[in-house]
Amino acid sequence: MDAASALADLIEISSQVDAAVVLDAEGAVLASTADDPAQGERLGAAGLALLSAGDESPATGARSLTQLEVALREGSVFAVREEGRSIVAATSPEPTSGLVFYDLKTCLRTLAQGAEEAPAKPKRRTKKADAGA
Amino acid sequence: MPVRRLLALLVLVGGPILYLSRRREERRERAHLYFDDGSMVTLERGAPEAERLLALARDAL
Repeated sequence: MDAASALADLIEISSQVDAAVVLDAEGAVLASTADDPAQGERLGAAGLALLSAGDESPATGARSLTQLEVALREGSVFAVREEGRSIVAATSPEPTSGLVFYDLKTCLRTLAQGAEEAPAKPKRRTKKADAGA
Repeated sequence: MPVRRLLALLVLVGGPILYLSRRREERRERAHLYFDDGSMVTLERGAPEAERLLALARDAL
């Protein structure tokens, strides 16, 4: 399953998630539910900045930050990272945090499984390569 | 005259209710950090570390 399909499933399952973005290990947006790409980029950048700020927080110490939730009056922002990928989501106010985290992790795991199951593309043989061999 | 009394009553009763509810909502603003060892830290609004996270989240919303 590709990132866009996994996010589409997430939005369908979780009524509390308003928008979500999946990012690769370098922080590039793999997929976003936002209609406007700039909005997706902004949510993704904010999520990465939150994870980075969490890493640098004295409260973190020697531990490794895996997920965070920042709750505001206007809504909440969630960020989860697992096996190189990250997912950032914006929700309505006072969401059920446990459920949102579960749905976000399920989305990331679905993507990871899809990447493992996808067969490696066989290299295309060319006459030039054959002649050289 | 009854209108003025009613307005004064509204201000006297409604003002504190509005103020308290706003403060209660502000207290709900916080950040939860979860770690690989299963532990969790909550940063309440007012703490310097929390303010940075709250500002970043506000930008995202």
